[in-house]
Amino acid sequence: MGTVTRVNGPLVEVRDLAGAAMFELVLLGPYRLPGEIVRLSGSHATVQAYEYTGGLAPGDPADRGGAPLSALLGPHLLGGVYDGLLRPLTGAGTWLDPAVSSSAAVARSWQFTPLVGQGGRAAPGTAIGRVEDAGSLPYLVLSPGGEVSAISRPGRYPHDAAVAVVGGTEVRLTRSRQVRQALPYASRLDEAVPLVTGQRTIDLLLPVCLGGTAAVPGGFGTGKTVLLQQIAKWCDADVVIYVGCGERGNEMADVVAELAELPDPRTGGRLIERTVVIANTSNMPMMARETSIYTGVTVAEHFRDMGYAAVVIADSTSRWAEALREFASRSGTLPAEEGYPADLASALAAFYERAGRVVTLGGDTGSVTIIGAVSPPGGDLTEPVTTQTERFVRTLWALDRDLAYARHYPAISWRESFSRDAGALTRHDPENASRRARVGRLLAEADRLTTLAELVGAGALPARERIGLLAGRLLREGFLRQSSLSVRDAYCRASRTALIADALLAVVERCQDLVEHDVPAAAVEDRDFSPVLRAKEAPEGEIAARRDAVLNDLETLR
Amino acid sequence: MSTWAPVEYTGVAELRGPLVIVRGVRNVGWDEYATIILESGERRHGLVLDVDRDLAVVQVLEGTGGLGAETTRVTFAGSPLRVPVGAGWQGRVCNGRGRPLDGGPPILGDDSAPVAGFPMNPTVRQPPTEPVITGVSAIDALTTLVRGQKLAVFAEGGLPHLELAAQVAAQAHTGGEPFSVIFAAMGLTHGDAATVRDILERRSSAAELTLLLNLAGDPVIERLLTPRIALTVAEHLAFVLRRHVLVVLADMTSYCEALREVSAARGEIPARRAYPGYLYSDLASIYERCGRIRGRPGSVTVLPVLSMPGGDITHPVPDLTGYITEGQILLSREVPSYPHIDPLSSLSRMMRAGAGEGRTRPEHLDLAAQILAGLSRARQAGELADLVGESALTRTDRRYLAMAQAFLVGLLAQRPDEARTLADTFDRAWQVVSVLPRSELSMLGEQALEAGYRGQE
Repeated sequence: MGTVTRVNGPLVEVRDLAGAAMFELVLLGPYRLPGEIVRLSGSHATVQAYEYTGGLAPGDPADRGGAPLSALLGPHLLGGVYDGLLRPLTGAGTWLDPAVSSSAAVARSWQFTPLVGQGGRAAPGTAIGRVEDAGSLPYLVLSPGGEVSAISRPGRYPHDAAVAVVGGTEVRLTRSRQVRQALPYASRLDEAVPLVTGQRTIDLLLPVCLGGTAAVPGGFGTGKTVLLQQIAKWCDADVVIYVGCGERGNEMADVVAELAELPDPRTGGRLIERTVVIANTSNMPMMARETSIYTGVTVAEHFRDMGYAAVVIADSTSRWAEALREFASRSGTLPAEEGYPADLASALAAFYERAGRVVTLGGDTGSVTIIGAVSPPGGDLTEPVTTQTERFVRTLWALDRDLAYARHYPAISWRESFSRDAGALTRHDPENASRRARVGRLLAEADRLTTLAELVGAGALPARERIGLLAGRLLREGFLRQSSLSVRDAYCRASRTALIADALLAVVERCQDLVEHDVPAAAVEDRDFSPVLRAKEAPEGEIAARRDAVLNDLETLR
Repeated sequence: MSTWAPVEYTGVAELRGPLVIVRGVRNVGWDEYATIILESGERRHGLVLDVDRDLAVVQVLEGTGGLGAETTRVTFAGSPLRVPVGAGWQGRVCNGRGRPLDGGPPILGDDSAPVAGFPMNPTVRQPPTEPVITGVSAIDALTTLVRGQKLAVFAEGGLPHLELAAQVAAQAHTGGEPFSVIFAAMGLTHGDAATVRDILERRSSAAELTLLLNLAGDPVIERLLTPRIALTVAEHLAFVLRRHVLVVLADMTSYCEALREVSAARGEIPARRAYPGYLYSDLASIYERCGRIRGRPGSVTVLPVLSMPGGDITHPVPDLTGYITEGQILLSREVPSYPHIDPLSSLSRMMRAGAGEGRTRPEHLDLAAQILAGLSRARQAGELADLVGESALTRTDRRYLAMAQAFLVGLLAQRPDEARTLADTFDRAWQVVSVLPRSELSMLGEQALEAGYRGQE
């Protein structure tokens, strides 16, 4: 039993903690507030506390937790809302008082079905049983490896009951795992498989692959949260872990309410049933924000091990970095750039490196994809969190304030964003590769011409270049812009994305052909392009007809 | 809680800026409330920022002026600061620590609550859905304030942001439902405070108003407490007494300066512009206290008002505020008439949930989108006209310029003492769009146009 000697916000110093280890859990004061050891000097420990420490005083007791900070993983996860330490918020009180603890949502029983028989062998990581009523996906209980010396019959069991003994180890429905250490897997897979998000700009121009990493930097008001919510709702992953890290409470409430309402096109259930929400709103204890990121990835790895594709959406990693900075400042660590600790880059790298598409221990294929928002102060993309993040992610969706002010959503800048996976993803799909290249070229050309037109006026440009400007407008309005509110447009599947892009490309090509045959550019510009511009709102079967309507109309100019 | 007299500590080891460092303390907890007694018997108040063995660092809300190291005595309350809460706050004028300035008795409540508050469980939050009517056309029509929202007002220097905040505080209502306003003034000059009080006099029922005044000449550190007291009182009024409460916090830039002062005195590592690295979290602990709770009537709506130093929206205070609040109302010099709201840079993220059918008017969102699209087009046309002359514009572009003018004169411009009904605001909004040819109004439905459009084709 140790004694608290100093309290400075979340920084607590404790003496006489003999035998303690780094990152071990410590329970502080009469309310046993959780904290984690971040520095040890003899038996004197520096602890970062995960709750508000008001009232905690030197002389209060501090207890060793005996194990590193761990999260309880189990069938209760899907459909629930948890705090940064993965304690359930559903069913906790209206006001989160650290002196009152609750674990109602975890303590229930589950319907278990064994998948192996007694006396057989179960290799490590293979499923030995299944839980049926845990969300819309079968929840698998995995083997630690060895001979199955006992296994329960089908039936309902409480969450902490041992349902099997494998290789001499008891297997329970829930398991507790350290959050700072990645769960093991057999090997990494190199082959690129896309994560389809249903957002045209991303899927065609800036794709991300399963097991990939993406960052979304954007100042406030650029639609970062809406974009992430769209991805959470529509991407084709099996499990989505939405980590609200230091963000707005009303937005969290909104995400949860919407997910609870939206039907899941794949399972027929509700989207929330294959989503895990980790909510650490900006007014919740700061240091729990620091762990929430790791907790989220640990949950994703837990589902990956069952052979699922999991996506972690973290909004926002800047708030996580700020928690690092705050604690570093309180503990007197020497600051590096802008007050952030020197290990910011390695902490970011370690986080994004937990993404990957792997062969699980049980031989299945699973993946963890990480998408992190970055909120650069003042929209300054040269600040440390943004620049360090750019180094470690494969895909960057940079949000542009000018686009957002022009109500162009998603405000993903096609100039400043990149996808290092695009090449690998289109390697076996030459048609899509050429579509992507053509759209990219036209947009880049239109950008160049826009700058030129601002100087000399669009009227002074040669006809071909005026069509270049027109092409940019058509692609921006008809393809890149996507309404998150429209029922038909919010989600655009891959085949539809291709159809819309092709229709627009065909129209642009016809326009170019016309001016080359001496039709005045002004005449082309004046035609009504709305059928193809609004193709995104039309049923998929109509898109070809809309394209033809515009093509035929253009033909009358000859 | 013991009935013994609290221990008085006399071991003041150091006085530095707003901080008192007391030696020899026992069992003093972090964030505990302290009373500092001067030689003259004067009492000041403080909060514990750090306790290290027997040393406690206390920030003194009223400042350390006149404190002597040998003669000062300090007692600790044994718990973080609590304030009385209840209906007794309504109709009162107090200083930044909640002590009466109106000559009335001290405020006693049926209950007390910690000023730091507890975070609201995100799973019990009810997403906001109903509007607060402010009586200011530009806000009601284009950036509707929604109950439970936090919407910031950003102003360039020299603009009447306090008048606007006070006007909103004076006029706002939620239809027939019980409504209260808490106006927390931080760092206001005497002149500003007088103006604000003047405008607030018009609030029809003064019993609905609580005024917390920390003036520019008042102790700076006291400001750190003012918004928290306001919100603690508001939470009780809203979630226990079932009222809709609007909390106006003006001016948050002064608040942040006080925070920076304490941070500097403690020798903390500064982040941007010497503000502490935890500025975001500190602001969030204030702004995030807005909201509604599932299954309970009542709401807390927060309207932080701040001046942007140098008119710079990337300055840490507006920038971090913008990251937390659900939208902003931007006051700009470019807009010539009061209330100087720049509609294209202003946004209410909650508007979609709080306006429209059954809340304001069925066509509200479309109408607002149409006006904004028109203003955006008019701005482009205006820029072009600056280059080539207005006569070179197309006829349609000239109609857009006329529409922008009609907007400025007919809808936006409003007297600081003029409360407009929603009907009046919508009437004006329709007149604005009716300047445009009907064929240009692609965002409005046929039915809405039939009922509202008044232009000649």
